[in-house]
Amino acid sequence: MWSCLTGLASLENWIQPDPESVPVRTRDPNEFIAMPASNSLLSMRGITKAFPGVVANDSIDFEIAEGNIHALLGENGAGKSTLVKIIYGYYSADAGTIYWQGEPAKISSPAHARQMGIGMVFQHFSLFEAMTVRENIELAVTSRKKGVELSDEIRSVSDAYGLELDPDRDVFSLSVGERQRVEIVRCLLQSPKLLIMDEPTSVLTPQEADKLFTVLRRLADQGCAVLYISHKLEEIRVLCHHATILRQGKVVTQCDPTQVDTKELAELMIGRSLKPPTAKAKKTGQVVFSVRNLCRAAESERNISLKDISFDVRTGEVFGIAGVAGNGQTELLGMLSGEVLADQDSAVSIDNVDCGRAGVQARRDLGLASVPEERLGHGVVGNMSLTENVFLSGHEKYGLSKNLLMHFSNARSYSQKICDEFDVRHSGIHVDASSLSGGNLQKFLMGREILQYPAVMIASQPTWGIDAGSQAAIHQSLLDLAENGAAVIVISQDLDELMALCDRISVMFAGQLSESYSVSSLTAQSIGLLMGGAQVELNQDVGNAN
Amino acid sequence: MEAITTVELIMLTVVSAATPLLLAATGELVAEKSGVLNLGVEGMMLIGAVCAFVGALTSGSWMLGIIAGAVGGVLMSMLFGLLTLIFLANQVASGLALTLFGIGLSSLIGIPFIGLPIEKLPTLSLPFLSDIPLLGPLLFSQDVLIYLSVIMAFAVHWFLNHTKPGLVLRAVGESHDAAHSIGYAVVKIRFLAVMFGGAMAGLGGAFLSLSYTPMWVEHMTAGRGWIALAIVVFATWKPGRVIIGAYLFGSVTILQLHLQGIGVQIPAQILSMLPYLVTILVLVLISRHSTRVKLNAPACIGQIFHPNT
Repeated sequence: MWSCLTGLASLENWIQPDPESVPVRTRDPNEFIAMPASNSLLSMRGITKAFPGVVANDSIDFEIAEGNIHALLGENGAGKSTLVKIIYGYYSADAGTIYWQGEPAKISSPAHARQMGIGMVFQHFSLFEAMTVRENIELAVTSRKKGVELSDEIRSVSDAYGLELDPDRDVFSLSVGERQRVEIVRCLLQSPKLLIMDEPTSVLTPQEADKLFTVLRRLADQGCAVLYISHKLEEIRVLCHHATILRQGKVVTQCDPTQVDTKELAELMIGRSLKPPTAKAKKTGQVVFSVRNLCRAAESERNISLKDISFDVRTGEVFGIAGVAGNGQTELLGMLSGEVLADQDSAVSIDNVDCGRAGVQARRDLGLASVPEERLGHGVVGNMSLTENVFLSGHEKYGLSKNLLMHFSNARSYSQKICDEFDVRHSGIHVDASSLSGGNLQKFLMGREILQYPAVMIASQPTWGIDAGSQAAIHQSLLDLAENGAAVIVISQDLDELMALCDRISVMFAGQLSESYSVSSLTAQSIGLLMGGAQVELNQDVGNAN
Repeated sequence: MEAITTVELIMLTVVSAATPLLLAATGELVAEKSGVLNLGVEGMMLIGAVCAFVGALTSGSWMLGIIAGAVGGVLMSMLFGLLTLIFLANQVASGLALTLFGIGLSSLIGIPFIGLPIEKLPTLSLPFLSDIPLLGPLLFSQDVLIYLSVIMAFAVHWFLNHTKPGLVLRAVGESHDAAHSIGYAVVKIRFLAVMFGGAMAGLGGAFLSLSYTPMWVEHMTAGRGWIALAIVVFATWKPGRVIIGAYLFGSVTILQLHLQGIGVQIPAQILSMLPYLVTILVLVLISRHSTRVKLNAPACIGQIFHPNT
């Protein structure tokens, strides 16, 4: 996300592939084995790990040198997280050898890995919400220091790296970026030799990501190796010295990411050519969804209160709501979808029908569809089959129930249709929804809503944690939907995504929604500043706002 | 003079009524703080009561009786730990089953001992302190389990908030996945916490059959295990408030007896309901402050931990 400056340029690359792009310089993995491991910190030979039904890692060779920032790339399910968990002692490999500083090593547990000098910052933070920063750090470090002494040590390390932290704050009150700082400081206190970062920027503003990169570069300069996992190809090109690409559990290639353009990296990852989402010329029509002076008081100190939110969306238009997670997006989505009712009926209207006091089903009847951020649990019921999940939002529009009885044959054909049209890879429509990978589940969710032909579609973080292939498919389906005359609202913190999809963007900060700006008037840097709460002078898109 | 002794008597009975609640609730608090909801407190208390009685009667030593009570509770809790932590059974269902099992098993063990007399636990009067008027006999002339119940509540408070193992225990209850990812042995820590809960419930039962009413009667806990569970929530998982809760609920029980005794014109059944009504009322009142409860409540309570996902 940091890379949005270059991101815009890369976006053009996606839409118009550069014919003279540099050919991929791949290296034969076997050549790699023969390399002398003089400054090699960690090297892995023939690592294999199988789970029931799938070989997650298939004789992987991998090497990382001191002071290197090494990218690990791959689609969801390519085996990145399995490999990393083997390094971190979470899993033990079925076969293969690990060498640590040239010596064969067995990493038996995460605690052991930390003792050896391996630190890890998790994608889904492994913090204890109800505890203070100091307690969280005390739990993870094997320091004899306690209480005030530890607090001082935390302060000195966080100051040294420019990662401001207050040791006495409760973690639940911290922003996502601050939580990540806690994790990083926690690792740094152990003075690690290898730091593993699992998709660290997916939750950061461009400015925060920038700061993180500075820290990582500094660590690398001091000789610490960084293993960097990300979907964001641009930032890998900017940050990393080496890249290893995995596909279906195998090493596809090793390359120098600065020498390869993002499109090729993406194609190496997914193993086929990538069709970038294309938007045809759009005709925007009259306002079909409008929100007027929407407010919501925070129920608790963990919630954000919404302040006087107003916006309009027209048919055929994609409207983006940018913002760092936790600035009221979840609260807003609940009010737009009807899970929480507004005080006034006029606060939300669909097709000029006021429905601020109407519930979810009434709004669905008016043509609203929404895909929440949390797929499992909110979007689908994990331990119900795909067919049963189709019922949940589709029983009305698809005509799946009659006289309180369910029409299972219709439901099955609908779920089959969703899976076919939206390329949902599954092992049968009778399987539990929770068995699908994130990308496939999201495609299923999108399909379920889109095939109901909504007039207004709201998608929150539609591609969070999803690989490039699925991401492109989801983006295309949203663009197609808008082209067919629906109003589409995308709530996201991924600027590349918003820039690629939207016609207009507003930024959410601390429960307030900024005015809307047409995408052409924005730069990633200016949205980034808005996301951080700064007041930015921009040419407001007068024509479309209100 | 007469008036003072009546007050003293009432307060003494309040202390007796509160002690089994305090013991069991303190144990359950530790188990719940580690993320395990053990609804089998009633069953563990009953087993503790019968084991303590049989132990004391057959050995003739009240000390061995108390130990037998604790061991009985621990064995029951280990059964629960085996089911829920090793075999990953549902905690609620297993806890309810444990209570039913405890009721049945304690009755079976106790058949030959019904109605047999036993000597009440001796009181240990602390020198000098017990001579203080009014407070002396109340605070410093009690039996060992009463002292222990209060000491343990403070000890648990200290353990949870001022020691590293206590911090780890809270962390395991807060997020077992995060604790596991840092490298703590989630199952082992929870098993120990559950065993502590069992030992304390067993001691609560032992107090009932050795001191409160020194004899064995079938189902003599009469729902105290459930009140202990309620006290933990009432106390929002804080040991200090467990003491307040246990004494509050103990007082209500005693009040109910005395109201019946002095002939208040309310049906006895309604008065017997009082402790349970108060429990429900308190639960409703505190759950209104949703965030404050959430902050103290272990976030992973009742959840099954699968280490490999």
